[in-house]
Amino acid sequence: MSTAAVALQLIPSRPPPVATEGVLPWLKRNLFSDWKNTLGTLIVLAVLVRYLPPLLNWAVFNAVARPDNAACRAIGHEGACWGVIAEKYRLILFGRYPYEQQWRPLVAATLMVVLIAASCYRAFWKPWLIGAWVVVLTAFFVLMHGGVLGLTPVETARWGGFPLTIMLSTIGLAVAFPLSVLVAVGRRSRLPGIRTLCVLYVELIRGVPLISVLFMASFMFPLFMPAGWSIDVLVRVQVGIILFSAAYLAEVVRGGLQALPRGQVEAAASLGLSYWQTARKVVLPQSLRLVVPAIMNTFIGTFKDTSLVTIVSLYDLTGALQLALGDSDWRKFFLEGQLFVAAIYFVCCFAMSRYSQWIERHLNTGTRRK
Amino acid sequence: MPATEPIIEFSKVNKWYGQFHVLRDVDLNVAKGERIVICGPSGSGKSTLIRCINRLEEHQQGTLKVDGVELTDDVKAIEAIRKEVGMVFQQFNLFPHLTVLQNLTLAPMWVGKIPKKEADERAMVQLTRVKIAEQAAKYPLQLSGGQQQRVAIARALCLTPKIMLFDEPTSALDPEMIKEVLDVMIELANMGITMLCVTHEMGFAKSVADRVIFMDQGQIIEQNSPVEFFNNPKSERTRDFLSKILAH
Amino acid sequence: MIYQIVAVLLVVAAGWYLVHNTLFNMRARGIQSGFDFLQQPAGFAISESLWEFDSSDSYAKAYLTGLSNTLRVALLGIVLATITGTLVGIGRLSRNFLIRSLCTAYVELFRNVPLLLQLFIWYFIFTEFLPPIDEALQPLPGLFFSKNGLQYPIPIWATGHLFMVVGILVGIVASWYWAKRERRRFEATGRPPRVVLPALGLIVGMAFLGWLAGGAPTALDIPEKTEITVGGGGAVTPEFLTVLIGLTLYTASYIAEIVRGGIQAVAYGQHEAAAALGLNGMQETRLILLPQALRVIIPPITSQYLNLTKNSSLAVAVGYPDLVSISTTTLNQTGRAIEAISLVMLAYLTMSLLTALIMNLYNRRSLIRER
Repeated sequence: MSTAAVALQLIPSRPPPVATEGVLPWLKRNLFSDWKNTLGTLIVLAVLVRYLPPLLNWAVFNAVARPDNAACRAIGHEGACWGVIAEKYRLILFGRYPYEQQWRPLVAATLMVVLIAASCYRAFWKPWLIGAWVVVLTAFFVLMHGGVLGLTPVETARWGGFPLTIMLSTIGLAVAFPLSVLVAVGRRSRLPGIRTLCVLYVELIRGVPLISVLFMASFMFPLFMPAGWSIDVLVRVQVGIILFSAAYLAEVVRGGLQALPRGQVEAAASLGLSYWQTARKVVLPQSLRLVVPAIMNTFIGTFKDTSLVTIVSLYDLTGALQLALGDSDWRKFFLEGQLFVAAIYFVCCFAMSRYSQWIERHLNTGTRRK
Repeated sequence: MPATEPIIEFSKVNKWYGQFHVLRDVDLNVAKGERIVICGPSGSGKSTLIRCINRLEEHQQGTLKVDGVELTDDVKAIEAIRKEVGMVFQQFNLFPHLTVLQNLTLAPMWVGKIPKKEADERAMVQLTRVKIAEQAAKYPLQLSGGQQQRVAIARALCLTPKIMLFDEPTSALDPEMIKEVLDVMIELANMGITMLCVTHEMGFAKSVADRVIFMDQGQIIEQNSPVEFFNNPKSERTRDFLSKILAH
Repeated sequence: MIYQIVAVLLVVAAGWYLVHNTLFNMRARGIQSGFDFLQQPAGFAISESLWEFDSSDSYAKAYLTGLSNTLRVALLGIVLATITGTLVGIGRLSRNFLIRSLCTAYVELFRNVPLLLQLFIWYFIFTEFLPPIDEALQPLPGLFFSKNGLQYPIPIWATGHLFMVVGILVGIVASWYWAKRERRRFEATGRPPRVVLPALGLIVGMAFLGWLAGGAPTALDIPEKTEITVGGGGAVTPEFLTVLIGLTLYTASYIAEIVRGGIQAVAYGQHEAAAALGLNGMQETRLILLPQALRVIIPPITSQYLNLTKNSSLAVAVGYPDLVSISTTTLNQTGRAIEAISLVMLAYLTMSLLTALIMNLYNRRSLIRER
């Protein structure tokens, strides 16, 4: 029964009797482990076999890639007409910008994208980055608007396509973010006046759809201006986007501020830091780090929301597509154009969400207890 | 104690996590009413060993019999065995959305099919036994760690199990609460229930255990009565381990 | 203290300045103000609605029609999106690699493309790839699918149907009492409660009895295909279908992530404790997993419901006459920008506030009590 025993030698490790690595065990575990799993696999395979080949035929094998209207019409619904993209891509990407000057939005957009990509790398988070932002933004406007350095002026109503999307999102978020921090801090203020203002602003904007904010910007802002003044439609819409994003970001930042343990502020106070010093050095860095995923989500949301400016007749990427395919010759092949634009959005948003996961991993190593 | 069928029988039990051989040729017989403490370095497979007894882990090779029933993939056998085996976890694992009393009566009502009144009475008996009857209407997260673990022990006892498994029950507790849980476990031990306890609390082992088992790298290295085990460790590895944990 | 007074004064001053400008501009441009325009005849038709509307009806009725259209598509969308999203969310946790990958692909695809673009794509598919009405598809007898939308048989309303509805209500009340009785019996004797199947039986049975009592009406208004069109039956337009399908699939991808997060938020130790106690899979899901997962799922899912309702405003882009669309038409016709926009904002704010209130009530009731 109760046996005293000592192991005389150590038993060496042996491989398992039934293989667990390798292709076949993986298949068994993931696809055929029990009857429910097997049934699911068979159903999915059946659906794929039924619908994948016709889809591939349409998209790849029967597709027409050349911008040849006649060939596309001949193919009809049997094959995709990717030629519509080859034909219309400049209109889709740059909107109504004058044809010969389109190198300018191209350069401007590229500069912005490079700047944004560079700002993502931790190595570049130095003070000179702010300088770089100022320079690139100025260059962007100079290129797009012209009127100086011998560039012909192009009115804002003709800006469109991808550069417009990038501009609305980037400037929108760049201005909305500091504003949101102020509003979030103001909402937690002990001064009832400021607190009420902030609460009203956030709840009002968050309770209504972006479209009504954009309509308000389009139709009501001109009425707010003193007689004789008129603001550019683009500026109005940009302000609308800024106000909208700032309200949502303010809620996210507020969540971060609430999640911060109160001991942090108490520790800072006991060290003699002033209110603003505490906010800048202790509270904000930690709170923001806590809500990075939610912040990135809001960024992605704003990027997608810029498509709504189509409804107030600004031709961003989505709007330019509508324009480009108003052409009755190519109208039947709208879907291919839409898929092209959808792919652009997908690539951008997917990259942003992957970046968000990366940032979460790298910023939280200090705060997560493993 | 008369020689009878062992209540738990491990026979050349082997288990792998993928390629990692976590239990190696384990042979172990536990008699009814025996109290066993299992110790060893982390990663030695001791938690895995006791989790195989109520099939929270599956073994790939060898036979494991609990109360005469062999543990295989047969769902009925597993359900029958789980009624006889109670388990207490390191992280307590109480159900936070139920009161203490509801935590205890859940299994008797839904698995044991016992009427509520009787389940409530049984629960109060167990709560009184672990000296926490006055907290019956509270929610688990309103209690301290030591109180929660005592509730967890009471919850396991409500099904009147024949075997009680303890998986490092005091490792997640603040030091001042360890004693209250150990006191409950000592009382249990004195009542004749079969106990297997994975723990680092060597004082408990010395005072209560019938047998102390030392495991390393998936294998049972040494087992002996507590007196012999602590005063006369036979294996080099046992001596090594004991010197580390008894040092402070 | 001073900051506060200064800030409030600044805002008030700015507000007064804006109002002053606005009044001046409106006078200068001859824009009238006031809500009296709501009594005037609308002067435009609305392409689909729950009730009759023509151009001589007032603007007020137009707004109500728009609101009803918004609610119609929003409520249906919420139900469909919840079902789809829950299934996809559970699918993302499946052991089956194919199902898991398909669900992940679905979520990534629909979350990363703007909703407006998705609506345009669906609209194009519904109006371009479907056959014209004289060659309508007929997937099931009585069901017709074409460029003009979906046409389906609807029962001709008779007293039997009224009795059937009464029967359903009676069945629901009866099921509630049955559930209480079963619960009491379970607590008294330990016999496991059987609620779902009997409740279903009661509701269906009562409905059937009501239908019989009303004369068992079976008359259906079935759409019939003629040479040039399909007439009769109920119909929904491609615009409605676009907004419904687009909103459903988009919101479902967010709901799927919420459901997945809620299930994963329940610690694995809970499963181990339940298994060690001998609870089987169904019991564990009902008693342990679901209560805890729902607490994590319900607040963000309510946000998504609100988002879906707000997103329905994009219907204006495909021509579905929802609240925003009607408001825009009104604005264009009467020039009463401020009134029109504020009515819309008021409607949405009310919906948001109601949702927030319900959310708070639920949160307070379900809070897991801690120290």
